[in-house]
Amino acid sequence: MMQQQEVTPGSVVVTGDGAAPGPIAGLSLAPGSSRKRNVGDFVFKHLTLLFAVAVLGLVFLMGFEMYRGSALTLEKFGWKFLVTSTWDPVLDEYGALPFIVGTLVSSLLALLLAVPLGLGVAIFLAELAPPWLERPLSFLVELLAAIPSIVYGLWGIFVLVPLLRLTVQPWLSSHLGFLPFFQGPAYGFGMLAAGLILSVMVLPIIASISRDVLRTVPDLQREAALALGATRWETTKIVLAAARSGIFGATLLGLGRAVGETMAVTMVIGNRADITASLFNPGYTMASVIANEFAEATNAVYTSALIEIAFFLFVITIILNAVARFIVWGMTRKFRTS
Amino acid sequence: MNGTSLWMFRWRKAKNFGMNFFALACLILAVTPLVLIFTYTLLQGLAALNLDFFLQMPKPVGEAGGGMANALVGTGILIGLGALFGLPIGIMGGIYLAEYGNNPFGSTVRFMADVMSGVPSIVVGVVAYILVVLPMNHFSALAGGVALAILMIPTVTRTTEEMIRLVPHSYREAGLALGIPQWKTTVRIILPAALKGITTGILLAIARAAGETAPLLFTALGNRFWSTAVDQPIASLTVFIYDYAKAPFEDWNRQAWAAGFVLIGLIFVISLLFRFVTRSRYAQH
Repeated sequence: MMQQQEVTPGSVVVTGDGAAPGPIAGLSLAPGSSRKRNVGDFVFKHLTLLFAVAVLGLVFLMGFEMYRGSALTLEKFGWKFLVTSTWDPVLDEYGALPFIVGTLVSSLLALLLAVPLGLGVAIFLAELAPPWLERPLSFLVELLAAIPSIVYGLWGIFVLVPLLRLTVQPWLSSHLGFLPFFQGPAYGFGMLAAGLILSVMVLPIIASISRDVLRTVPDLQREAALALGATRWETTKIVLAAARSGIFGATLLGLGRAVGETMAVTMVIGNRADITASLFNPGYTMASVIANEFAEATNAVYTSALIEIAFFLFVITIILNAVARFIVWGMTRKFRTS
Repeated sequence: MNGTSLWMFRWRKAKNFGMNFFALACLILAVTPLVLIFTYTLLQGLAALNLDFFLQMPKPVGEAGGGMANALVGTGILIGLGALFGLPIGIMGGIYLAEYGNNPFGSTVRFMADVMSGVPSIVVGVVAYILVVLPMNHFSALAGGVALAILMIPTVTRTTEEMIRLVPHSYREAGLALGIPQWKTTVRIILPAALKGITTGILLAIARAAGETAPLLFTALGNRFWSTAVDQPIASLTVFIYDYAKAPFEDWNRQAWAAGFVLIGLIFVISLLFRFVTRSRYAQH
C-alpha cells in the first residue's frame, strides 16, 4: 500500500490519460511489443527518451557554448595560441604554452608514479588477496577516491609542501642535484608537489579500474596456466598480457583525471607561468589558470582566452575518456562473448 | 641436467615470491598516503570543530573565532538547486537507459554519460558561467546550482540505470503477466523496488557535488555575509576552505580543517550507506 503512493510526480499526471485502455490491451509478455497499443506506454517512453536526449545534448551544448565563447581569441591568435608563451592581460597578448606544458609535466609525473603502484595494487586485489581481505580493501580504495580535491589541497599546503621544502628537496638536490630536474631553490610549492599530489589522487582510479579489468579475464586462463605448473606470478603475467589494453585504458582515464584536476594542483603548484626543466620551480596548469584568473578577467579578449583554454581542456578530456572507455568496454565485451 | 632444472625451479619460486611481495608493497605504499590524508584531516578537523563553527558568522579579517553558518546554508542551497535541475534529467534518463536503452541510441547515451563524468569540474564551471552568469551579468547561486547540476547528471543517470537493472526480471514479468501496461509496471513495481538504491545513489552524487570547489569559484563566487538569495553570490564550504587555507591567519587555517572534516564526514557516511544498501540488494538474489 505504501509503495503505491511513491510515484514520481511527473507520472501521476500521465495516469489519468493512459490508464483506461491499459489493462485490456497490454496482454503481450515481451516488453516493447505492446508499445503501439498503449497510450501510457507511448507517453512514458517518449518522456524518458526526451530526458535521455537531454543528457546527450548537454555534452554538445557544453562544447558549442565554449567554442562560441572563445571565438574572439580563436580568430585573433589561431593556432599560435597553443605555441606561444606570452600571457599578458595588459597588452592583450595570450599564449597558452606554459599552461599546456605545466599540465603535461604534472600529469605525466603523476602517471609515472601512479601507474606502477596502481597496477601493483590491482594485481594484489584481483589475483592475490583472499576475498575477506579484498572486499574491505577495495572499498577503502574507492572511498578514498571520493575525498574532495580541496581536502587534498589542504593537506598539500600544510603537510606535503613543508615536508618537501624541509626534507625531500634538500635531500634530492644534494644527492641528485646534477640532474636538471632537481635544481634551484627549494620552495616546496612547485611542479614536484603538484605531481606528487596528483599521483595520490589518480591512484585509486587506476587501481580500481585495472582491478575490474583483470577480473574480466576468464578464470579458465588462470586455471590452464596453473595446471601447466606455472607459479602465481607466471600466471599473473599471462593475465596481464590478456588485460594489456584494458590497463592502458585505465591509464588514460587516470590521465584524464590528472589533466583536469584543479583545486589541489592550484593550491600547491605555485602558479607561475614559466617553462623550466626543474621540478622544484613553480609552474602553472591549464585548469589552475582558469581557477585563478577567470573571476578577475575584466575584458572580453581575456575572458575569451580563458574560455579557449577550458575548451581545449574539454576536448582533450572528452577524447581521453572516450578512447579509454572504448578500450575498457571492448575488453569486457571480448571476454564476455568468448 | 637435474641440477639446472632444480636451480630453475628455485629461481622461479623466488621470482614468484618477490613479485607477490612487490604487489603487497605497492598496496601498502598506495594506501598509506591516502590513509594519512584521511586521518590527518579527521584529527585536525576534530580538534578545530566547535559549536561556533556551525552557528556563528565569519568574523572580519584578523579577528579570531566565528564560524561558517552562512557557508553551511549556502552549500545546502547550492546542492538543493543542483538537485532541482539535475535530478529530473538524471533519473528520467536513467529510467530510459534501463527500460528502453538496449539499442544503439541507448549505448550512445550511456557512453556519453560516462565520458561526461570525466569532464573536469572547472570546465563545467566555465560552461555555467557562459550560460548563466553572462546573461544575468553577475555571479549568483543559480549559476553555481547549474554547474553542480551538470556535474550530477552523469552519475545520477548511470546509478539510476544500474539500480533499476538490479531489480529481478521476474518482477517485471509478474507485472506484465497481470496485464499491467509496461510503463505502469515500471512506475509502480520496478521503481519502488529500486527506490532505496536510487535514493542512496542520488545522495552520493549530491555529497560529491557538495565537495566541488572549482565550478563554484566564478559562478557562486562566495560571500562573507548572510545571503540566501538565489540571484546573488552565495557562500559555500569548499570556497571557504580554499580562501582560508591560503590565508596567513592560523585561526582561519584551523577553520579550513574543520570545514574539510565536515565535508569528508558527509561523503563518507553516505558512501557507507550506499555500500550497505547496494550490498543487501545483491544478497537478495
